[in-house]
Amino acid sequence: QFTNQGMLMFAKCKLIDIVYSWSRSTKSLPVMGSDHTSGVVSFPPLQTYSEEESMMKDAVKKYAQERIAPFVSKMDENSAMDEEVIKSLFEQGLMGIEIDPEYGGTGSSFFASILVIEELAKVDPSVSVLCDIQNTLINVLFTKLGTPAQKEKYLSHLSTDMIGSFCLSEAESGSDAFALKTRAEKHKDFYVINGSKMWISNAEHAGVFLVMANVNPSGYRGITCFIVDRETEGLEIGRKENKLGLRASSTCPVNFDNVKVPESNILGEIGHGYKYAIGMLNEGRIGIAAQMVGLAQGCFDHTVPYTRQRVQFGKRIFDFQGMQHQIAHVATQIEAARLLTYNAARLKEAGRPFIKEACMAKYFSAEVATLTTSKCIEWMGGVGFTKDYPIEKYYRDCKIGTIYEGTTNIQLSTMAKFIDKEFEQ
Amino acid sequence: MSGRVLVGVKRVIDYAVKIRVKPDHSGVVTDGVKHSMNPFCEIAVEEAVKLKEKKLMKEVVVVSCGPQQSQETIRTALAMGADRGIHVEVSGKDYETLGPLQVSKILAALAKKEDAQLIILGKQAIDDDCNQTGQMTAALLDWPQGTFASEVSLEKDGIKVVREIDGGLETIKISTPAVLTADLRLNTPRYATLPNIMKAKKKKIANVKPADLGVDLTSRLEVLRVDEPPQRQAGMKVETVDDLVSKLKDAGKV
Repeated sequence: QFTNQGMLMFAKCKLIDIVYSWSRSTKSLPVMGSDHTSGVVSFPPLQTYSEEESMMKDAVKKYAQERIAPFVSKMDENSAMDEEVIKSLFEQGLMGIEIDPEYGGTGSSFFASILVIEELAKVDPSVSVLCDIQNTLINVLFTKLGTPAQKEKYLSHLSTDMIGSFCLSEAESGSDAFALKTRAEKHKDFYVINGSKMWISNAEHAGVFLVMANVNPSGYRGITCFIVDRETEGLEIGRKENKLGLRASSTCPVNFDNVKVPESNILGEIGHGYKYAIGMLNEGRIGIAAQMVGLAQGCFDHTVPYTRQRVQFGKRIFDFQGMQHQIAHVATQIEAARLLTYNAARLKEAGRPFIKEACMAKYFSAEVATLTTSKCIEWMGGVGFTKDYPIEKYYRDCKIGTIYEGTTNIQLSTMAKFIDKEFEQ
Repeated sequence: MSGRVLVGVKRVIDYAVKIRVKPDHSGVVTDGVKHSMNPFCEIAVEEAVKLKEKKLMKEVVVVSCGPQQSQETIRTALAMGADRGIHVEVSGKDYETLGPLQVSKILAALAKKEDAQLIILGKQAIDDDCNQTGQMTAALLDWPQGTFASEVSLEKDGIKVVREIDGGLETIKISTPAVLTADLRLNTPRYATLPNIMKAKKKKIANVKPADLGVDLTSRLEVLRVDEPPQRQAGMKVETVDDLVSKLKDAGKV
């Protein structure tokens, strides 16, 4: 959304002008006036939303409570996403938030996506991740790299009725993503893909797969992004994993057995796949951070009312100082995680460097989700341990946060690289 | 039949909020409390938008009387499919004493100004439960009214309205122009989808003052005191019917 020209102009502006020439989405933010007597300009807090972002947040909150909440428990037990839920996600415009209305999308901002992901995660982190992958990975890749023909063919479906999957990881390459072995052999005007991808989210329902395959096995500079339709011969979706958490989100191996793909199905340029993947994952991790924040908040919101009702030793368990201190501590952590996430999102929208901050947001939010859910089970006591209450699901769902889209260790190493550079003389 | 529908929407305290009475008993606490569109008004908007989608009406104009924040309520209606909004600015003391009489005068004036064929309102607001605005508006305009509507169908020679009444359901036919008030079972309001929220940004909301419509906002009512409902007393268990009768006699109930 932010053009190169825009970024140059941006750099030339004075500090005050920066506030007013912020990205398209923040233009409609309530701009705090300057105090004319002292000449001090006040900036809006991070939790400031434009009118449309605010309306979207409320709309999604209501929709999630009424149309998703009733299905959550069943979807978790059956390890399957309800078709009605998927359909309603498209109907509400939640699967094409940043896609241009020309292609049937909502035409809103990255921050709006973040708010939607957070609100959905409060109710069901599995539904949230489906929405997150579609918006922050699949749609962005097509929008940024697609040729007019590719955009025409895919974007209008991605916003209205088709789910996409992103295929990078393999059995032998997770964190070491670019040691991937899936090959793409060039023939006249088509490629033949062979290999196996693993841990592919949304695979059960996806209509299109973005597959990272290597055209030149002697290094990672051959990694290329291919668009592969589900019905392509040789593409086989393996059996769904039986997971600890995020069970309603399908995670499957995807096998490619001599899958023929025309040259016109290359997304972007040959050999640039690794660069695209890294770029998208930098943005995707802000989405995961939002998911973890929503998860933590949703779990917290279910638990505190219980502590205010449950009476032991003649008073509410909330009234015990030990409990109050724990609850306040967790609330602080969630707030901090939210602010890291919102800030990373606004930085990205403003076209400013955001990778270190995005890593911080994802790393911290995943840790906070783990802390929050663990504590919430304790605060609920015995009932927290049963499936009759929603708390234990949040506890199981949070764990993947420290693992997928870049493990905590990878996030920390990435941050350290930035810190090292900052201190370079 | 083609034309303009005027829909009134009211910004009220959200139905899920726990209401608290102000310490001075002059009213309820509204500061910092979540507000949203009156649920019956949502049903009214939905019905109007449905009529437009069926091409039975050409334009849906949504109106709200109140302070700045009423514009949010209008925006929500626009996101549901209304075409444009009119915000009648009423704030401060005038807003505190604003009631069905003044609102119906405003709506009547707007209906004439906008040349409306149909006015759809919620049957009542969940904050004051007055259930008067629709009826008063119809009287002021000398239009027929179809209140407590649970089903509405536009026909060549009028509007057929199925009304929910104490005895069951009553079906009437009224001529247009007319006023309808929506009851709970009329329809299920749609969610504002994200694309529609974006589209709503471009729709116009006009600003109007009650004085411009020649409406006097003076209230004929004065609220003396607001109290919470009395606390529910604890019940008592009795073993026999005789016991029950004697207890009732003691309490002076029999």
